[in-house]
Amino acid sequence: MTQPPVLEARDIFQTFMISAGFFKGKRPLHAVNGISLKVERGEVLGLVGESGCGKSTLAKILLGLMHPTRGDVLVDGEPIAGFDRLKIAKLIQPIFQDPYSSLNPRQTVGSIITLPLKVQNDPNPETWTKRVEEIMDLVGLPKRVFNNYPNQMSGGQRQRVAIARALVNRPELVICDEPTSALDVSVQSQILNLLTDLRKELGLTYIVISHNLAVVEHIATRVAVMYLGRLVEVADTDNLFADRQHPYSQALLDSVLTPDPSLGVPDSHLGAVFPNPVDPPSGCTFHPRCAQVMDQCSKIAPTPMNTTTGHVECHLYDHVEKAAS
Amino acid sequence: MSNLLDVKNLTLDLPLSAGVLHAVRGISFSAKRGETLCIVGESGCGKSLTSLAIMNLLPKITERKADHMIFEGQELQGLSENQMSDIRGNKMGMIFQEPMTSLNPAYTVGDQLMEMLLRHRKVSRNEAKERAIYLLEKVGITAAASRLGQYPHQLSGGLRQRVMIAMTLMCDPALIIADEPTTALDVTIQAQILLLLAELQREFNVGVILITHDLGIVARVADRVAVMYAGEFVEEGTADEIFNNPTHPYTQGLLDCIPIPGKTKRGEHLGAIPGIVPSLIGDIQGCSFRDRCPYASSACGEHGIELSSVKEGGDDAAGTHLYRCVLSAAECAENLKTMGAA
Repeated sequence: MTQPPVLEARDIFQTFMISAGFFKGKRPLHAVNGISLKVERGEVLGLVGESGCGKSTLAKILLGLMHPTRGDVLVDGEPIAGFDRLKIAKLIQPIFQDPYSSLNPRQTVGSIITLPLKVQNDPNPETWTKRVEEIMDLVGLPKRVFNNYPNQMSGGQRQRVAIARALVNRPELVICDEPTSALDVSVQSQILNLLTDLRKELGLTYIVISHNLAVVEHIATRVAVMYLGRLVEVADTDNLFADRQHPYSQALLDSVLTPDPSLGVPDSHLGAVFPNPVDPPSGCTFHPRCAQVMDQCSKIAPTPMNTTTGHVECHLYDHVEKAAS
Repeated sequence: MSNLLDVKNLTLDLPLSAGVLHAVRGISFSAKRGETLCIVGESGCGKSLTSLAIMNLLPKITERKADHMIFEGQELQGLSENQMSDIRGNKMGMIFQEPMTSLNPAYTVGDQLMEMLLRHRKVSRNEAKERAIYLLEKVGITAAASRLGQYPHQLSGGLRQRVMIAMTLMCDPALIIADEPTTALDVTIQAQILLLLAELQREFNVGVILITHDLGIVARVADRVAVMYAGEFVEEGTADEIFNNPTHPYTQGLLDCIPIPGKTKRGEHLGAIPGIVPSLIGDIQGCSFRDRCPYASSACGEHGIELSSVKEGGDDAAGTHLYRCVLSAAECAENLKTMGAA
């Protein structure tokens, strides 16, 4: 029997009721609008998209911090809806963007990293200190900072504390939400190197959420492109960067500024601003910004088409499907 | 062409209880009309304080010293607050990182745009309104007239930054200082805003000083680049020189740190600069980068190092590419080669 994926999301919907104004009642906002995805063991899935596309909502659902309106999240083939908080936390851990606000300023580094062991009622309290020191060593924190407070440390070191805290219980999956965007360039590379090493050493699986495509390209093995609550393209990283299918992926990749002085600022041709998610455009939600828009795009929502390594949702590839069938 | 802004030997000291913090230590630069100068560096290197020093918006305790700070033929040091606010927003515009905090939430976009012109020029409200609409259209905002009555919270981040840009252009400035103008924005919007800035710069022939930590932005928009580390410029040159022939070990290290799609291999280590930025409190001797530098020797700590020309024998007549290191330019170039091979 093949192993079930570490994490599977089946047709997830998340709808918020947003106040439309005084006396106007409430309107639905579809933050996540039917997402299915699988993360296999050892994989690094990069999740990219603009702010407001629902990636952080999806992350919360996958972490079990929010119950989706509809759909299931499965870990190792079992739905997490039946798990209690502790069990989910043992399997999946987050690393957040801002190490300045994700660490308790009144706790020492040692107690911050010990806390997950305490919460999980780890049966061997006498080993805690040793295990915390081990994980600190693994993420490159010197022993002498054990009794330091977060405000005595640099941003890079704080992010290492956050990583150590996430890993001390040896989770199966780590969800990194913009792990390096609050950090300087030279520190960013240190943290990316560390995440790469830890993955090899501990056999971890990551979901990396980022708006920095260069970072995603470097660390992810598969990339999911999210737009207004849908995954519009999923593909292996090499495929996506070499041969992107969806015009939105194209625009995102065009916006990456590589340090090459012979090139000017790219024009992503995205023109219009990000649409209001309460009132999404008809048909394909991307059509008002799309460079290759066709007649049917504003009328019919495209359905996912299988590609060699994933799927794409775009009418441009309708004929491919027809030819195949 | 004469310089729009010429700053010579700018020093900023902050007397703190722990000692004097030397935030900026003797930097010189100039800006020309139609040209973009990028000051690039990591947090804490003093780049933002530099921009505030030009505008005289520094925290009160800061001690500003310079040989000269000449803007359009006028010495900026010693100007009264009144004289300075005649220049700010008028001849000199500023764009900050977070448009939500730099726009007043209690006033409409129109009021804030028009205020600029009404403060600095003798114009009627109607004329000011016309110019506001004209510029909102210029920065790519649709239905500009109806936007005037909106409050900042009704606009998206990208739109707010466009409003900020329109606001700095209201009085037709000669110089725009942009401090991390796109850091708070999405990549797609970032590209649009940078493109817009470049177009407007060409059209209105303004000088731009762009302060950022993002080397990708620098490479794409800069004419001249100054790499700042611990309050000093460690390397200066044209964008071509800095990116194709980085000479200072810090510049080389920084460029080695960034992942580039198609060039850096997945899962392989990126270059890293070990250690952290040194404390700038108290006396600093020798090269401030030596604790993190892979090529440091005892010579680095002995005395201050002057900027020198990369091209030996002074055949770089214009002196455009300068670096601050005890190693010769040839040795630095050799280091870069071995770094690439490793």
